[in-house]
Amino acid sequence: MNTTMLIPLLVAIPLLFAFFIPLVARKIRVLADILGNLATLGALIIAILIFGSRGIYELGGWSPPIGINWVLDGFSNLMLVIINLISFTATLFSSKYMEQYTAKYKYYSLFLLMVAGMNGVVLTGDMFNLFVFLEIASVASYALVAFGGNHEELEASFKYLILASIGSTLILFGIAFTYGATGYLNMASIASTISSGGRNPILLFAVVFFIVCFGIKAALVPFHPWLPDAHPSAPAPISAMLSGVLIKALGIYALTRVLFNVIGMTTVFGWVLIAVGVLSMVVGVFLAVGQWDFKRLLAYHSISQMGYVILGIGLGGYILSSGGEQSAAMLAILGGIFHLANHSVFKSLLFLCSGSIEYSAGTRQLKEMGGLLEQMPLTRATCTIASLSIAGVPPFNGFWSKLIIIIAAFQAGFPWLAAITILVSFVTLISFLKVLRYAFLGKLPEALRQVRESPAIMAIALVILAILCTGMGLLLVPGVREVILDPAVAALLQGIEYAQVALPVF
Amino acid sequence: MIYSLCFVLFIIGLYCALTKKNIVKIVIGLIIMEYAVNLFLVLLGYRKDGVAPIVEKTTNPLEFLATSVDPLPQALVVTSIVIGLGVTTLAIALCIKLYEKYGTFDISEIRRLKG
Repeated sequence: MNTTMLIPLLVAIPLLFAFFIPLVARKIRVLADILGNLATLGALIIAILIFGSRGIYELGGWSPPIGINWVLDGFSNLMLVIINLISFTATLFSSKYMEQYTAKYKYYSLFLLMVAGMNGVVLTGDMFNLFVFLEIASVASYALVAFGGNHEELEASFKYLILASIGSTLILFGIAFTYGATGYLNMASIASTISSGGRNPILLFAVVFFIVCFGIKAALVPFHPWLPDAHPSAPAPISAMLSGVLIKALGIYALTRVLFNVIGMTTVFGWVLIAVGVLSMVVGVFLAVGQWDFKRLLAYHSISQMGYVILGIGLGGYILSSGGEQSAAMLAILGGIFHLANHSVFKSLLFLCSGSIEYSAGTRQLKEMGGLLEQMPLTRATCTIASLSIAGVPPFNGFWSKLIIIIAAFQAGFPWLAAITILVSFVTLISFLKVLRYAFLGKLPEALRQVRESPAIMAIALVILAILCTGMGLLLVPGVREVILDPAVAALLQGIEYAQVALPVF
Repeated sequence: MIYSLCFVLFIIGLYCALTKKNIVKIVIGLIIMEYAVNLFLVLLGYRKDGVAPIVEKTTNPLEFLATSVDPLPQALVVTSIVIGLGVTTLAIALCIKLYEKYGTFDISEIRRLKG
């Protein structure tokens, strides 16, 4: 089958189901579960089917630069699989977990809108289209954060909405600047104009706006305050989605795509990314250590881990633009992207574990837990795997990606960066040992005597992710790595040569 | 020159969104920012004494290029207004809900989250 024709389905399926579910599933609750899971499963299957292929889909048959095109390349491929995999496990988990809330069909509808938006963001090859999809995903996520409708949720959602909307306004400003400077909205056309016509100083303005606004969406440190409120307040599967993929698709992916492939990397931007990355890593992890709310602790760790990703990518960009060795740049970017993939798996697993504990024990305060070892063996096992992964203990996946970033930092001649990375990793380990100690060991409080393991369907979601956590280190094996990770790195390495790939007619 | 006025409007909106205590005023600040960007976009395509970008069978393409305003930013602005409407609606709905729960619009009293 022609893979190009499958590309639009990735957005169309979630979008269609998002409108279809409220129509048919209002009365029959089970139908909402079935349709929701079907939609995400379908999207996952398509994402896997088109994995490894390249294609350009022209929306409505209009070719760029007049029309909008969707470009499938190595980086989008990887992101699509991650997004749809996490969303599938999250819907699987929600089918039982969301029983606590009313109006499940509305939940699925918003959820699928968010998935459609994210798939669109990673596929699109047009700046304004990127903005539209970004807003679809963001607006759906504002509503999902407030889904519980209690004091905290509303407050967190409002905070999130205001900060992220300011970010969205800035991205539109940035797009306006780019359009004014180059006269195009298509990413590839912008890139080829820049590479042939030299840099316009106005573009620098645009880049500042892009870094700030995508930084807000990715919760990098100066722009992070919304995340520790918004992520814990959402229902657990949504926290998993927000921390697992939303900040990556909307923040990291969009930022790297724009900086690397559209505007073109320079040493200054590389330094900015490295600085922001280090800041996020250190600040995030030290804020996380003192937390006693399980989900809040996880949210702070998301900030810290995003720092790793942006450090790896920024380091790669710096080496690339300063004329350093291609192989070192490749290693750094590989580390960043691999950590991005790993983080989405283990962080969503951790959030789902916290949801599982909350579902069974009714609390997410670490001090009120304890002794759940006997009561919830499966949650405990998966939670341990995920904790060790995030702390970078071999052989779990987090170790490998952190190792690559450290090696890359050494190769690039920044041993102090490697030292900071190791230090942060160590603090992460401490804070997760605390989680394991308080949640599962110790004396079982009287109130939790009746706690049972969470239902089977939730456990399946946990197990799938735990297996991935354990096995994802295998992606680095030569032979596998060339197929899965290297195309994503190559897509970024080509820089603004992207124009030749995404715009063959030019 | 006129572009910088858009910036001034944007800064006013940002100031309003960041410093006001009343959540409705914060939302208004957000709307002002959106309008500043929309104005900026329209200005990008504006041309003095330009004509409406409508092509007819009799239009001379070269003449059209020389006289018409740029239609693309106008299309973008329409889209961004619609998106802005959606965001504003959601924000106002949240404000109403917040008022129901907390009984106040004052952001400094809506403080349950900490850390």
